[in-house]
Formats: sequence, structure tokens, C-alpha cells
Amino acid sequence: MNSQVPEMSEQQSPAVGQPYTRNDQACHDLSIRVRDLNLWYGKAQALNGLNIDLFQKNVTALIGPSGCGKSTFLRCLNRMNDLIPTVRIEGLVEMDGRDVNAPKMDEVALRRRVGMVFQKPNPFPKSIFENVAYAPRMHDIVSRKAEQEELVEKALRDAGLWNEVKDKLHEPGTSLSGGQQQRLCIARAIAVQPDVILMDEPTSALDPISTATIEDLMDKLKEKFTIITVTHNMQQAARVADYTAFFHLGEIIEYNDTKVMFSTPAQKKTEDYISGRYG
Amino acid sequence: MSDSYDQISQQLKGRHRKSTRLKYISMSALALAAAFLLIFFADMLSKGLPAFQQAMINIEINYTEDASTNGRAAVDRDFSTLISRSVVRVIPLQMRNDPSLLGTTQNRWVLADGSVDQYLKGNRVRLDDEEMARIDRLVEEGKVEMQFNSGFFSRGDSKMPELAGILSAVVGTVMTMIVTLAIAFPIGVMTAVYLEEFAPDNRLTQLVEININNLAAIPSILFGLLGLAIFINFFGVPRSSPLVGGMTLALMTLPVIIISTRTALRSVPESIRHAAFGVGCSRWQVVKDHVLPLAMPGIMTGSIIGLAQAMGETAPLIIVGMVAFIPDVTASFTEAATVMPAQVFTWAGEPDRAFVEKTAGGIIVLLAVLISLNAAAVLLRKKFERRW
Repeated sequence: MNSQVPEMSEQQSPAVGQPYTRNDQACHDLSIRVRDLNLWYGKAQALNGLNIDLFQKNVTALIGPSGCGKSTFLRCLNRMNDLIPTVRIEGLVEMDGRDVNAPKMDEVALRRRVGMVFQKPNPFPKSIFENVAYAPRMHDIVSRKAEQEELVEKALRDAGLWNEVKDKLHEPGTSLSGGQQQRLCIARAIAVQPDVILMDEPTSALDPISTATIEDLMDKLKEKFTIITVTHNMQQAARVADYTAFFHLGEIIEYNDTKVMFSTPAQKKTEDYISGRYG
Repeated sequence: MSDSYDQISQQLKGRHRKSTRLKYISMSALALAAAFLLIFFADMLSKGLPAFQQAMINIEINYTEDASTNGRAAVDRDFSTLISRSVVRVIPLQMRNDPSLLGTTQNRWVLADGSVDQYLKGNRVRLDDEEMARIDRLVEEGKVEMQFNSGFFSRGDSKMPELAGILSAVVGTVMTMIVTLAIAFPIGVMTAVYLEEFAPDNRLTQLVEININNLAAIPSILFGLLGLAIFINFFGVPRSSPLVGGMTLALMTLPVIIISTRTALRSVPESIRHAAFGVGCSRWQVVKDHVLPLAMPGIMTGSIIGLAQAMGETAPLIIVGMVAFIPDVTASFTEAATVMPAQVFTWAGEPDRAFVEKTAGGIIVLLAVLISLNAAAVLLRKKFERRW
């Protein structure tokens, strides 16, 4: 996987795409398989031969210095990169055995199964109710008013927001605080009942208390969903993630059980990064 | 060694003087602009307001046998030069429609002749001393007075100044604007949506974009020539009609609507689009459910301003024949019609002194409509501007 010799000589390099060390508590059913993924923005290569297996009902954290390609990689998983005209992608991203970049794959169908939460809370400029009910209604998951109400309540409960907003469902979503808005965005994502939720630095715009709430929420949500989160905050990765992948210059340097990675990293670069020597 | 505080203040003095000077220069520029506006409004109002007053005369109408063939016979000969020709002209018709009038006598307020009206408004007229004296006497007796000129708003154009009204032009304008809006709004908005949300950024779209921006700067009379060549000569749309006028003005309004719609679409934050794509919206759903509702106030403002601009336009309409004498209110989109600015243009060319106030009055009506349209645009923007 990497030319560099692992620090811990007794440890064998793992199979392609597999973590160095298995996390015994985590589920190991395959959710997303990535092989030799390359991505260019125009002429600049941003992702360089990535191989990684992402497991179901886990939290996987992607860490690394700015510009290392972790957000770009995340957006490959629901084809949000399609929106950027200059992007060129090669390689395989496979979900449930199906290539997401195949011409037959509809990105709208893909995004129904792979939800996304963005860095800055971006609720629709509609009511709280509409924020959650819009997408399920659009996808014909629900149609009758009663079904919608039921689904909205469930999604908001799962996002831990119900008690705070149940009396003001028809107020604008943007009237909430930043942390509440982000939980509303999570409720919006889980309302369409996806398999995977991508989170692109979901707490970087939030205060510490809201951050803690979201982290607790991720812990609960992984019972139902596969969560892949990008974070700049290494403590956060250590707290919430089962597995962590360390990105550097468009490559995955190390993919490992989070506890092992933060105590005894397999690679020198990883150790340098998490001990704060650069990044 | 740094400068002392006094030295620094010394240097600063010149700079402060400069900014003070600049401030006064800009203030006087503003004052000049305001003064011009004020003079313009004062002049227009002083010339145009009399158009909303009209001299009326109280006369006795005798529905005699003679009058049924010659309307002049119904009124006192002394009065016949003082009342509008239009009054006596309709008397035989009235009697034919209502035979019971024969033999009766009525006292009625009727339109005075344009010269009486002008004399009472203090303008120079061609009346002899005897007639003037008679008018003065009638005013004293309370038989001639100025009344609100409701006819100005309820009648079409006429060669008799006391009879000329702006209604046919107002109706013509409304019909033309309906055509313009019905064509320019959907085409303009959809063009902008395509260019902004769907089109790839390549040479072709850049070329289209440059050309749209150039279209907005083309002299409007060229659009008239285009309308004449294509709509009238090629497609055979009836000339002088609200249809051809509206189509021509739609061409002129399109670039304005496209440009303002694109600006409004661009001001919708990218994060909203990402959120919508993220929950699995198709491109059209993103536009329809999220981007367009947010951009709507901006689109409406731009469209209203484009429409107001089209409403004040005369040059292209001259070419397609909409500057015409239209005494009757137009009833269909394919009949000949005129519009407000064209009506003003027509009146401005009338030799009769009485049409000067009609011209200014027409401008006042046109301006009132334009200002209320612009105010509506501002209100709409204010109302929907809250970003929630």
C-alpha cells in the first residue's frame, strides 16, 4: 500500500483496502469498496490510487491535513463531484457490488441511498417540517399527511431534535441555532432512510456543546447507518470513530482501528500528524 | 526618530481638506441633479395639471323639430360657438334613439369649446372681444365653470382638444404589455435558468452570454425595424396592433429579464443547491423547488423594471405603426391601437395650443403609472427579501 516501511516491524501489511488492525467490536460487512480511485481537477490530480473497504454500521473518520483529498473522496461516494465540470474520475467505487460511476447508475438514486451532511448547516429556507418532509415526499416514500407527520417526528427524534422543535414545526428551519440546524440537516438526511450518511466536517462550524451533541448522535446513528465523516479534529475522530483513515496528498497513508491508530500508528507519517508535528 | 504628534497633524491637515472638498463636490452634484428633477416636475405639473380640468357650460337644449335634423337648432345661437361641436353633433342621434325628447327642453352641463376652456385657463385664444365678454358674463352668472375632466380618462383621442382623452392609449398600453409579458417573461426566465443552471461553461454559452449583454445595449429603434421586417412583413402580423407592438417590445425586454434573472439565480447560495442535490433532487427539482422560489423576488423586480422600460418606449412602436390616431378603445389584440407614450408623441405634434396641456397631462399619467410600477417592484423585493 505504501513504499514506506511500517514502524512496527512485527505487523504485516494488510490486504489491499483492509485496515492494519481489525476492530473486534465493529461490524465487518462490506458497505463500500474502493479500488484504484484516481481523481483529477482539470490537470491537477487530487486523489491518487485509493484503495479502501468501508464497513457497515460503523463510524469511519477521514483525517488528514487541509487539501489532502478527504472531502474530495467523500464526495466521490455520492457523486457530488459530478457538479464540478472539470472533474475526471477513474477507478472503482462499489456499493453493494454495484459501480456507482457506471453509466447505468443514476446519481439521484445513489444519493437516496447515500445521504450527506455538510460543513455549514444548510437547511432549506422552508419550515422545519418541510425541511424533513420534502425529500421523502419527493422520493414517494410517504404521501399522505399523516405518514409525513409520522416520518418527520421519527426523523427528528432520531436526530435528537424532536423535543426542542415539536411545538414550532412550522417555523423556518433557519430560525434555529447552528447546532440545531445541523441536527435538522441530519434529520433531513436520515428521513429518506439511506444506508450511508456522509458527513463533511459536520461540527467545524459549531460550538463545543453542539459538537458534543452531534458526536453523541453519531454514536447512536451508527446502529442503523454507515457513517463516514471527515474531520479536522483528531480528538473527535478518536471519540466517535471505529476506524480511521489518514489521508495525505491524495493518498491513504494508513487505515486502522481508531484506538490502535491513535496509540500505536503503523506509519511514521501518521504518528507525525497525530502528534501535531505537521498538518 | 519618529514624527511628533504635531508634525503628523500638520501633514494630515491637507488630506482632511481634500476629503472635505470632495465631499462638497459630490454634494453639489447631487443638489444639481435634484434641482433638475424638481424643475422638470414643476414644469410638467404646471403645464399638465390644467388638463385634468375642463370648462363646462350650462345651456338650454330645445329638442325641436328642426333639431332632429340639425343639432345647432337646439341651442341659442349666441351659445353655439361656445359649446363643443361634439355636443350639437349628437343631438339628432339622441332624438332618434329617444323620440319622447321631441318638444321638451332641458338644462344641461355640456362640454365647452376648446377655445373657451383655454381662455378660462388664461391662455391666448382666437376669440373676439364680444365673445370674451360673453364668457365673462356667463362665468359671473355661474353658467360656465371648471369641472374635473373625467372625460380625459374615459375617452379616446380626438381632433377636438376638449374631447381628447387618454383611455384608448391606456387600454392599448395594457394590451401591449400583456403580450410583452406573456412572451418575454417565460422565455427570459427559462433562458436564464438554462444558462445559469444547466448549460456547460464553454465557448458557445460564453458567446450567447456576450450577445445577450450586447442586446440590452442596442438602440431600441432597431428592435422596431426587426419587428417590421419579421413580424409584419414575414409573418404577416397586423400592423399597428397590440400584438405586433407587444412582440417587438418583448424582444427588447428579453435581455433585461434574462440578465436580471441570472443575477437573481446567482445570488442563491450554492449551499442550498448542494443540500438539494444531497437529498437526491434531480437538477430540475433543485431549480423548481429550491432555487427559483428564492430567486423569485429578484426575477420579479427585474421583470417589472424591464416592463416599465418597455412601457415608456416609443421609437420601436413608431416603426411598427403604433403611433396612430385611435379615437376608439381597441377591443382586440389584432386591431390598430396606440400606447401612452405614442399618444403623448401624437399630441405633441398637434398645432392647436390646447394640446400642449394634453401632452403634459399624458406625461403625468404615464409617469404616475411608471412610478407605481417601480414602487411595486421595490415593495415586492422588500417583502420577499428576508432570507429565512
